[in-house]
Amino acid sequence: MSLSPGELEVVAQSDSLRVGGEQRERSIVGRSLWSIAWRRLKKDRVAVSAGVVIIVLILVAVFADALSALYGQSYLTQHNVGPGSLLDPATNMPLGVLGGISPTHWLGVTPVLGEDILSLLMFGARTSLIISGLATLLSLVLGVSLGLIAGFYRGWVDTVISRVMDVLLSFPTLLLSISLITVLSFISTAETMRFALIIFVLGFFGWPYIGRIVRGQVLSLREKEFVDAARSLGASNARIMVREIIPNLIGPILVYTTLTIPNNMLGEAGLSFLGVGVVPPTPSWGQMLSDAGNYLQIDPMYLILPGLAIFISVLAFNLFGDGLRDALDPKSTR
Amino acid sequence: MVRFILVRLLGAVVVLWVVSVVTFLIFQLAPALSHTSPVYYYIGKIPFPQDSIQFKALVHRFGFDLPLYAQYWHFLSGILFGQTITDGVSTPIQCGAPCFGYSFRQNQLVGTLLLQAAPVSISLCVGAAILWLIGGVTVGTFSALKPGSFVDRVGMTGSLAAVSLPIFFTGPLLLLVFVYTLGWLPDVSYVPITQDPLQWLRSMILPWLSLAFLYAALYARLTRANMMETMGEDYIRTARAKGLPRRAVVVRHGLRAALTPVVTIFGIDIGMLIGSTVITETVFNLRGLGYLSIQSIQQQDLPVIMGVTIVAAVVLVLANLIVDILYAVIDPRVTV
Repeated sequence: MSLSPGELEVVAQSDSLRVGGEQRERSIVGRSLWSIAWRRLKKDRVAVSAGVVIIVLILVAVFADALSALYGQSYLTQHNVGPGSLLDPATNMPLGVLGGISPTHWLGVTPVLGEDILSLLMFGARTSLIISGLATLLSLVLGVSLGLIAGFYRGWVDTVISRVMDVLLSFPTLLLSISLITVLSFISTAETMRFALIIFVLGFFGWPYIGRIVRGQVLSLREKEFVDAARSLGASNARIMVREIIPNLIGPILVYTTLTIPNNMLGEAGLSFLGVGVVPPTPSWGQMLSDAGNYLQIDPMYLILPGLAIFISVLAFNLFGDGLRDALDPKSTR
Repeated sequence: MVRFILVRLLGAVVVLWVVSVVTFLIFQLAPALSHTSPVYYYIGKIPFPQDSIQFKALVHRFGFDLPLYAQYWHFLSGILFGQTITDGVSTPIQCGAPCFGYSFRQNQLVGTLLLQAAPVSISLCVGAAILWLIGGVTVGTFSALKPGSFVDRVGMTGSLAAVSLPIFFTGPLLLLVFVYTLGWLPDVSYVPITQDPLQWLRSMILPWLSLAFLYAALYARLTRANMMETMGEDYIRTARAKGLPRRAVVVRHGLRAALTPVVTIFGIDIGMLIGSTVITETVFNLRGLGYLSIQSIQQQDLPVIMGVTIVAAVVLVLANLIVDILYAVIDPRVTV
């Protein structure tokens, strides 16, 4: 990677200016874009807090089983019949205040089935993160490789890939996704199949966005001197793409990733809300919201809790992505 | 200019053709993957035993024994030139172009179902679009005029929060507060404007608000970015130096230039909206195009799903086309 003057920074400046202190020589050290970005990001309190929320969310998703066992409740246990029932037998609504909040069920239980809401939310985080993460990965792989090839080789390859991206971007995506998921579900009704379908649909319709960004960047990068230098040393096209161009794309790719994950979280929740997403008993926040709509007047907590879970998670990713973009942008003044 | 429009028109036709092929193939996939005769998806039942002579006659009548390309042509020519629909028992139905087929489950032409649903979706989209355009541009402009100020920080944090709130959460929340708790609005679904304008307004306020809330946030961020760039231009300083009042500079010089990209996105979003109103219509029980598509998917009524998808694609492609052409007219730098 090339060094530009902006990446050089005077360090130890304050030391050398200290009155009466030991005079030290000013040293000029080259800092990578990454260390500058990292320093900036650490100073951005909002982004740091958002990052902490994201880490907690990931931990909850990964250790959902262990946490659930520790907490002593499983979303698979239904407290809706018999002496252990937590529901009002007349209405099937949770007994007690705020949707049945109690020392054993910290966030209450669901109407009709009497399932523990906190446990549902923890496993819902897992569903949400697995689907949004893998869908983002799929669009990244497709978008980066095709965008790279289009921008690097230009000519007819570029024309074909660009037209495909244009067509995909002018598709009525949501309607086609719903039809595709419905039809392809005939192959198998297994849980993994549903996950794979949702990931495929979200990822496949998402790749043109990153594809366009990458193509644009590559078009300008391929004309840079360091590419000429690598070529004059005898580097192959593949080596130039992987070793010279891709490292320069990591910034925009990172920002894209942190801003696409929340979009896909909303996508998964939306599909599950519409009934074409994750199938019960696999918990999903969107599915909980859809169910909560039926008991809106009697048990509003059932709506508010999964709604807040989505809101906090998506907002954390958005805030972190925003902070990351500012930190990586050499023009920003922060 | 003529060449530009022709090239774009050709592009639009290609997109529509691809959409028609994809929808047709999805229609083909359903029977193949579920090992059910296409007759089931077409009329909603298997009226005769599958090995009977009557059933084979029915398959033949609908053309499901033809090769794939011939079936595609039948589908496409039906849309383009109209067709006669018959199940061999009832009187044949003449369906003029553009004919999207017949829904045997609802005993209606798909075209009729689409026409019934369209006013609901249009009411929703137009009202929400007006709200978010006004709201988003206002917030964005005030944010851009004093970057870093209290107004800016509230506006931008608020808009980031707004894009993180899904409609299937804000919608029910609004219902809970304004309908069920405060009782300010009636618990009704869509009332046609021709029937009772006031009730129409009251039934549409919450759907408009929840849809507009999301988009207004995006537009506020977009307007702010464009406005900040424009206000740094030399001609703005010139206008100020001439002694023009700040208000005139902001509105006549700044906003006018900053809004061009916003208008582009607006056209595209309006086009996309027909497909994206599915969730809003489901939340508020509005029987629009989005609701129709979800309902027909649940009933596996494939002719209707195909009709809605194609109509959504046509609207989207037309909106893109209009934006492209308008942009070329407004901005002389755009050439093919």
